[in-house]
Amino acid sequence: MKLELRGITKSFGALVANDHIDLVVESGEIHSLLGENGAGKSTLMNVLYGLHEPTAGEILIDDKPVKFSGPADAMAAGIGMVHQHFMLVPVFTVAENVALGGESTGFAGILDLEATRRKIREISSRFGFHVDPDALVEELPVGVQQRVEIIKALVRNARILILDEPTAVLTPRETDELMDIMGQLKAGGTSIVFISHKLREVKAISDTITVIRRGKVVGSADPSAATTELASMMVGRAVNLTLDKADATPGDETFKVTNLTVMNDAGQRLLDDVTFSVSDGEILAVAGVQGNGQTELTEAVLGLQKHVMGSIMLDGKELVGRSVRQVLDAGVGFVPEDRQDDGLVGEFSIAENLVLDLYTKEPYSRFGSMNRAVIARNAEEKVAEFDVRTQSAQDAADTLSGGNQQKVVLARELARPLKLFIAAQPTRGVDVGSIEFLHKRIVAERDAGTPVVIVSTELDEVLELGDRIAVLFAGRLMGIVPGKSSRELLGLMMAGLPADEARAQLDAPAAGTAGQSEGELP
Amino acid sequence: MSVTANISPSKAVDRVAVRSWKLPILFGLLALFAVVVFVVLGPSGQATFRISQEGDAWQVPDLAVPAKVFGVVVAILCVLLAARAYQQMRNGGRIDNWVSMTFTVAFVVGLLVWIIGGTKTQNITLVGLFTGAMLITTPLVFGSLSGVLCERSGVVNIAIEGQLLAGAFTASLVSSITHNAYAGLFAAAVAGVLVSFLLAAFSIKYVVNQIIVGVVLNVLVSGLTGFLFEKIMKIKVDGATIYNQPAQLPDLPIPLLSQIPVIGPTLFRQSIIGYLMLVLVAGIWFGLFRTRWGLRIRAVGEHPKAADTVGINVNRTRFLNVLAGGAVAGVGGAYFTLVAVSSFSKDMTGGLGFIALAALIFGRWNPIGAALAALLFGVAGNLQSILSLAGTPIDGQFLAMLPYALTILAVSGFVGKSRAPAADGEPYIKG
Repeated sequence: MKLELRGITKSFGALVANDHIDLVVESGEIHSLLGENGAGKSTLMNVLYGLHEPTAGEILIDDKPVKFSGPADAMAAGIGMVHQHFMLVPVFTVAENVALGGESTGFAGILDLEATRRKIREISSRFGFHVDPDALVEELPVGVQQRVEIIKALVRNARILILDEPTAVLTPRETDELMDIMGQLKAGGTSIVFISHKLREVKAISDTITVIRRGKVVGSADPSAATTELASMMVGRAVNLTLDKADATPGDETFKVTNLTVMNDAGQRLLDDVTFSVSDGEILAVAGVQGNGQTELTEAVLGLQKHVMGSIMLDGKELVGRSVRQVLDAGVGFVPEDRQDDGLVGEFSIAENLVLDLYTKEPYSRFGSMNRAVIARNAEEKVAEFDVRTQSAQDAADTLSGGNQQKVVLARELARPLKLFIAAQPTRGVDVGSIEFLHKRIVAERDAGTPVVIVSTELDEVLELGDRIAVLFAGRLMGIVPGKSSRELLGLMMAGLPADEARAQLDAPAAGTAGQSEGELP
Repeated sequence: MSVTANISPSKAVDRVAVRSWKLPILFGLLALFAVVVFVVLGPSGQATFRISQEGDAWQVPDLAVPAKVFGVVVAILCVLLAARAYQQMRNGGRIDNWVSMTFTVAFVVGLLVWIIGGTKTQNITLVGLFTGAMLITTPLVFGSLSGVLCERSGVVNIAIEGQLLAGAFTASLVSSITHNAYAGLFAAAVAGVLVSFLLAAFSIKYVVNQIIVGVVLNVLVSGLTGFLFEKIMKIKVDGATIYNQPAQLPDLPIPLLSQIPVIGPTLFRQSIIGYLMLVLVAGIWFGLFRTRWGLRIRAVGEHPKAADTVGINVNRTRFLNVLAGGAVAGVGGAYFTLVAVSSFSKDMTGGLGFIALAALIFGRWNPIGAALAALLFGVAGNLQSILSLAGTPIDGQFLAMLPYALTILAVSGFVGKSRAPAADGEPYIKG
């Protein structure tokens, strides 16, 4: 099935998310859409899937124009989509999720889930998915949930499958498996639109690459093109993909975490007996697939978690059991992973956001009333220093782009003299240009002698920033390895192998096949 | 290539004890209460439970229990179970269900025996207890079913009280004018739908906060029915109010079934509204959990975007469900004026719409659970009115408070965590 988009334009008010986009996806090819966060890839796909109506332009399937008034039309036309945030009902079983919207029913609309189960088993065995139709979706690992999404599309006879940032939530190993599945689907004649900002993956799997920047197609590229070439097309200027970073000169170990365990209300250990320490002037990067205890680790340090056991020592002082205010006053700078919910108050001005943690202190306030002039002056300094692109420091924080918002958060947290700096996902959803800047600031903080902890699910970022790399899996520490470790080693650790076992497996001559490693999982 | 071995570990994360001492402490206090009250202050003599009444298919002899002895047994049992609960929480971090259940049942029965043993007559008629309870239970069930329909699709319905009241008023008015109770019943459903229409239009179409719309609607309906009650229902023709003399719905006893002791008079000697209630409880349960209709509604209430991406119209589904909920609550309101009492009076629903919400939560958003919770509230409420007549050892006002105290305990999660639909109360905006 051939898909063609002609002159697709989508605007939200004054914002033009897609500007006359032309795109042709040939039958049975893997076509990658490469672009930064916010370039308009997802909007384009939502138009294609009938979730947004295009402002202008047309969609052609097998050279015939079609019009979608909703996802049901798109599905009927053979388009399936795996969304970045899965569209699965967590409390439903796999079969119920797959059936939803296209249920097989008997008399009076009574559900016939057996028919759906049969189809799931059939697809599952054809592609080797190993999906149990009666499992509850919320109890499945994300990799399996993603397969459920693919099954959902296949059950509806999708001939074109859109995968929106599918690898964001996967381990490197699961990513490889997904690539295999994509290859099988392609061999079966399904066209795939693969949306990503990860250059390596795009190069590895694509037949054709289309690059989108600021809502416009800036060109197409061959998968054999050089990574730097693709990157500069995506960003619009030459980018330095590697960070110039001197080797760390670690000082005393001032930040020590010992036997840290964090539990949720139901008594599950989300972080399980984690011990590590970080020295002055050193970056410890914490790697792992999302949801393996990283959030709990950073929040436990800050005092945001309820059930915490163990010890967190900073400069000889115990942080467990202290209030957030006390932890901040002890000299901890914290960049939360969700800057829009936890890092900023969107409706507040940039100036106000820059003193969120300082507004009670002189000179920003006196006798309980805020000193506007000082706050404004502080804001202007910070905006200049951190290169925040804004009209005015009095604009609301949510008018800024993701990268500029993150600069505001970083500017605030680095404003105080710190004894520890923790940043969770410091560059998530941030444009490549800003990433460079943010990384430099983080390294500068390290060079000033602060112990730094970076939590990131992006392997590239971990490898770039980390002087040492810790890997979390299911709340447990798989080990701490040097900053220059191989991707393969980190990949195995992220999949649940302790460091020494992972090393042994890489060294063993016959190692490397999935079948063998499975038996060795803890 | 078929190297697709599932390496994502599905191994369950270890559970360790996060001990919650709420229940052991509660059990301990209640056990202490049992020892002091049932044993030390226990009444002498017997508590008699009358089970059969005349006309039953067979007669069951009265059940007489020696109050003091029974109190001692219950108190010992309660102490043992409380100790067991403490021990289990200490060792495993969780209390077995049977311990909680047995404790609750033992304590409630013990309390009942103690109270009845302490009345002047020292007996209670079970038929009276249950048939009286139905006066409260029936509107509660309809109200909570309305809540199930709305909240399962993701709309919080605080306006149940208003829907009941609108139903009660309209049923009385229309039944008085047409002299046909069934016309009144139908009109009540329409009135409930109208209130629902406002709720749906404001909360779904115009995305106004659902709680605020609901509260405003309650006040609106209360004011409107109060005004019309004064202006229309008090009009007298030949010395009689003619617009508040509704024709009543007759009881339709089912042969044979209605003669089973206790159950017969309670469930099978009802008006059409009572039977409709039984059908709706079963029907809505089946519909929600066994049909396409229900699967889609639950999807819309849990993850509306997921439903949207498979072609389900989220807001239309919600709109229709809220309207259906209104019809159900309207019928429940008709019960007040067409069955329970013979005329409308101002604000006669007396907050039952809010208790229906509690029953909904207590029943974990499940039609059958909600109906059982409504039955519990009904029995507790009726027990209080019976006992205050019979002269109890405890003050009637205190007993009147008990069902509501129970509600608070239920809602605050003492009886297990109940999980609302994930998108309950969240408006869905496309895009």
